Amino acid sequence: MTAKPRQSPALPPERISLSARIGNLFYSIYAGAMTVVGWLAEPVQRAIGANRMAYFFVLPNLLIFGIFVLFPMLLNIYYSFTGGNNLFPQDRPFVGMQNYQRLFNCANLLDPATCSEDRFWRGFYNTAFFVVFQVGGMVILAMLTAVVLNRSVRGRSFFRSVFFYPVLLSPVVVALIWKWILQRDGLLNAFLVSIGMERVLFFLNANWAVFWVISISIWAQMGFYMLILLAGLQSIPKDMYEAADMDGANRWQSFRGITLPLLMPTLLVVLVLSVIRAVQVFDQVWVLTGGGPGTATVYVVQYIYETAFANQTRQFGMASAASVVLGMVLLVLTLLQLRAGRESDIA
Amino acid sequence: MAEVGEFLTRTRGRGRLDWSDIFTYVYLTVGTLVMFLPVLWLVFSSFKTQAGLLRFPPDLLPYDQKSVMVEGYDQPLPLYNVTMPDGSVRQLAQVRRVGLEGQMVDPANPGEIIKVNINDREELREVRLAWENYTEPLQRFNFLIYLRNSVVVTVAATIITLLINSMAAFALAKYEFRGSTFIFLLIISTLMIPISVILVPVFLVITGIGWNNNLWGVIIPGAATPTGVFLLRQYMLTIPDELIASARIDGASEWRVYWQLIMPLSAPALAVLAIFSVMWRWNDFLWPLIVLSRSELFTLQVGLASFQGELNTPWNYVLAMTVMTLLPITLVFAVLQRFITTGIATTGMK
Amino acid sequence: MLRKMHLVIGVMVIMALLLSACTVAAPAPAAETGGEAAATEAAAAEAPAAAGDVVELRMTWYNDGNEGEVMRDLLDRFEADNPDIKVVMDTVDYASGIQQTLPIQLEAGEGPDMARVTQLGIVSQYMLDLRPYLSDAAYWEQNFGPFLKWMQSSPDGNAIPGFMTQLTVTGPFINRTLFDQAGVAVPSDSSDQVTWQEWADAARAVAEATGTFAMAMDRSGHRLAGPAVSMGATYFDAEGYPALVGDQGFKDMAQLMVDWHADGTMVPDVWIGSAGSYQAAAPYFINGQLVFYMAGSWQVGNFNTNIADAFDWEAVPNPCGPAACTGMPGGAALVAINSTQHPEEVARVMEYLTSEDVLSEFYARTLFIPGHLGLAEQGVEFQAELPQTITSLNVFASEVGKLAPLAYDLQAYMFNTILFNANRDRLTQVFTGELTLDEAIQKMQDDIDAGIAGAQ
Repeated sequence: MTAKPRQSPALPPERISLSARIGNLFYSIYAGAMTVVGWLAEPVQRAIGANRMAYFFVLPNLLIFGIFVLFPMLLNIYYSFTGGNNLFPQDRPFVGMQNYQRLFNCANLLDPATCSEDRFWRGFYNTAFFVVFQVGGMVILAMLTAVVLNRSVRGRSFFRSVFFYPVLLSPVVVALIWKWILQRDGLLNAFLVSIGMERVLFFLNANWAVFWVISISIWAQMGFYMLILLAGLQSIPKDMYEAADMDGANRWQSFRGITLPLLMPTLLVVLVLSVIRAVQVFDQVWVLTGGGPGTATVYVVQYIYETAFANQTRQFGMASAASVVLGMVLLVLTLLQLRAGRESDIA
Repeated sequence: MAEVGEFLTRTRGRGRLDWSDIFTYVYLTVGTLVMFLPVLWLVFSSFKTQAGLLRFPPDLLPYDQKSVMVEGYDQPLPLYNVTMPDGSVRQLAQVRRVGLEGQMVDPANPGEIIKVNINDREELREVRLAWENYTEPLQRFNFLIYLRNSVVVTVAATIITLLINSMAAFALAKYEFRGSTFIFLLIISTLMIPISVILVPVFLVITGIGWNNNLWGVIIPGAATPTGVFLLRQYMLTIPDELIASARIDGASEWRVYWQLIMPLSAPALAVLAIFSVMWRWNDFLWPLIVLSRSELFTLQVGLASFQGELNTPWNYVLAMTVMTLLPITLVFAVLQRFITTGIATTGMK
Repeated sequence: MLRKMHLVIGVMVIMALLLSACTVAAPAPAAETGGEAAATEAAAAEAPAAAGDVVELRMTWYNDGNEGEVMRDLLDRFEADNPDIKVVMDTVDYASGIQQTLPIQLEAGEGPDMARVTQLGIVSQYMLDLRPYLSDAAYWEQNFGPFLKWMQSSPDGNAIPGFMTQLTVTGPFINRTLFDQAGVAVPSDSSDQVTWQEWADAARAVAEATGTFAMAMDRSGHRLAGPAVSMGATYFDAEGYPALVGDQGFKDMAQLMVDWHADGTMVPDVWIGSAGSYQAAAPYFINGQLVFYMAGSWQVGNFNTNIADAFDWEAVPNPCGPAACTGMPGGAALVAINSTQHPEEVARVMEYLTSEDVLSEFYARTLFIPGHLGLAEQGVEFQAELPQTITSLNVFASEVGKLAPLAYDLQAYMFNTILFNANRDRLTQVFTGELTLDEAIQKMQDDIDAGIAGAQ
């Protein structure tokens, strides 16, 4: 929305196109609004000095972040040490580590069936599996599509939009679309029957269900990462390839020697963002399989959601404990990724 | 191997068609089908009657049974192709069905009732768009109010998100100040926590503020996205410090450095975040549902879900209303697609 | 020059934004959110609205069929006669709106004035006792007595919080046309007491002859409960606490379900194809693909519209086991919420809706089994023409009187949703081979213990 990067005064006014006019209008709105805020910001700068303006800049975000993210999370941690099903923290009895004890009450941590909260652990392992294969598959496919679209193909912007379009769909819509294709009487089975094959009940077979859940979420999100990677590819200067060419490097060598290293920062962003979304997988699967068959596609967030809302007694304490455990794992994962990113930045 | 390499790095056609060009077009064609057909199928299906949705194999086009007004009957009667005992086929209208027997009349000769076995008749069907899937649920509630609420929430939230996230990202990327590492780590550490797991505590905060049944309660809580701060900060790190330094020498205030220099240069990253934000807000369901209980404040997603009952799901309505929620965002995308995709793609995201 | 234009436009836009934001946000509740229960009780005491003011009441509602339209229609008539009251219906979807978020809003004191709910036990703590505001409490006791028990936090309470918009009874439907085509006799034509095994055998024979599915049951522990009680399940121990381990009747019925899923008698998609939530099997039946469908009275309206005359469908009496031939009662109630500022107006709306002719019209137009004893006795003139519909409604109405006492106890049990959900989800894991039946029953018990412990 704010992306109009200054006007081009070089153009004579009569040749300004409609889209440029609209762009100018938006830029005027933006500039005007920003100037107004400047009346507040500039006196502040005079009062506290240029370097401390950083606090002025972080303040609004930090305020909202503190009230609506950080404080609820701390409250959430407190919830995890309480029991009962009351909403207000002051009404909830303190139970110490009881929720965590139940969560970790397993004869064998690697075998969910032996745990008291077996659905949590099934969800945990299912999520780990999902993250590895969904992110892996998606990054490879997004990379391939970006490379294809980086070539001079006719209708490139059309294809770019086509691959991007599913990104706009909500998880619930995505699930509905595919439910209508994969169910017993769906389009895919009609196709299989018409070419003389047996119907496959995709949602009654754990392997198929997992396969489709992963594929569908790749389908829905790939376009976004494809665009980011495409941008990364296009920012690589052409003359680097020409130089490599002259040095006698073949194309594969220049891909490995130039493209991949220069793409690393972009890949890191892609990786971080896609892992975040993969870990949070829930709505789409909830509509598509509900976690089934059995518990084959139950994921951690679904467990938390069910424990907190869907079951009659709303066990907020238990759900909070599970989310704290999830949060710990995620924190470690994020820090590892950032460290890896820092190293590759240096390289 | 060299060929693979060539394929992976080249950006310009060489005038002749080699295997990589063929692969490219096959890949793109198949990709287009895979990306588009499912959505198209949803749109097609949304025009089928409830009975039409249940047929197997499914029809490509929405069909409905043909019916005809027959003299002497108040309601239109459904038409069938009936195989008569002598082997001929006649078009008859069914008056009623009793057990295994259908009582039919010839529309041309309504006086005489013909009794046929129900296995000898076949529905006569015609292509008909079941607009009632759209009109019936839409009559029940005020679509325009829901649409307005959704637009207000989406636009306001996106503007606020872009503004405060970019301000924070600027500070974290371009200033050395006490606590900057701490603040960044704090934000990063919440990056991966799904908001749905802290729904209840956030609801308590909203209740404490008194924002129940207030659109601000939907707009504000999600505005300080850790993802946005992270994304923008990473991007702003690539903006050379010299640019900022020279702007300062020219006498620009910090605020002007921010809005006249940093913001335009961050346009691609801002576009990415804007798309994210619009998607999140437009599609958000559970949070508005919990904050808003008055129907005049419902967003589109909440309002259009309201006909899903305890015991029955009218799939024809579900599909039609899903298409309704798709429509505005698809139209916006169709108009702005060049801007959105090139915005992300051409300027480059380092 | 350009700068100045920016400025003017910018200021205008900011003003416009602020203005629109204010107007959008304005309809915030006038009464501010102080504490929770205390404030509302105090407010409830001094309710009378100033003369000439229109009191707006909020009713949270959900729809399975046309009941929302009928209710709106009836309320419009009420508003015409009572210009000082306006009732706004806020319709939400059932699963996330009524079941999941409404209790949280209620606990935060942010609820509506009235709500249509099904989890009566769990919502009962937020219900308002209308007794002080009713002109004729005896009418309510007389006609809604047995159902009021479902709306009490404690069994000996005598509060009157609302009425049943719908009484439901679970029971099976059959596709008689398929029986005719297969040349198989419908077992209930010749006997009043058909066992579950007899129905299963007959349905399998029909399914084989016609290439359809034999049986299906909605994915719900509540649907399973009727058959289980018939098979001799006791569900509770002597103290009235759920005890499934060692409940032979329950295990017998569960075993039948396992067998029927293993041998293909049951449509597998319904239970196995969706974990974690309720799932109806109605589409298979509507599509003529199903011989025997264990559902309940609420489907009559659905079938009346969506099957109509396409084949002969009808409800049949609940099959028998060694202990009984029972289904489960259930239903939805419209109740007053205790955080309302206008209890007297709520009571007036409720009295209007429960008056005999209004309620009779509501049931007649929605094709719901009456939850009003007087009307149940007189009978309701259902607005339907199809013989299939009328027959089925009559079958269900007569089933109401044949329900086992344990079925009523289960329905009145405060934590029955925990129990039913545990049954449903754990049993599914047996079908998929993740658990054995004994393990599953043990897990059900664990889930129930944890759920009840969490609630206390």
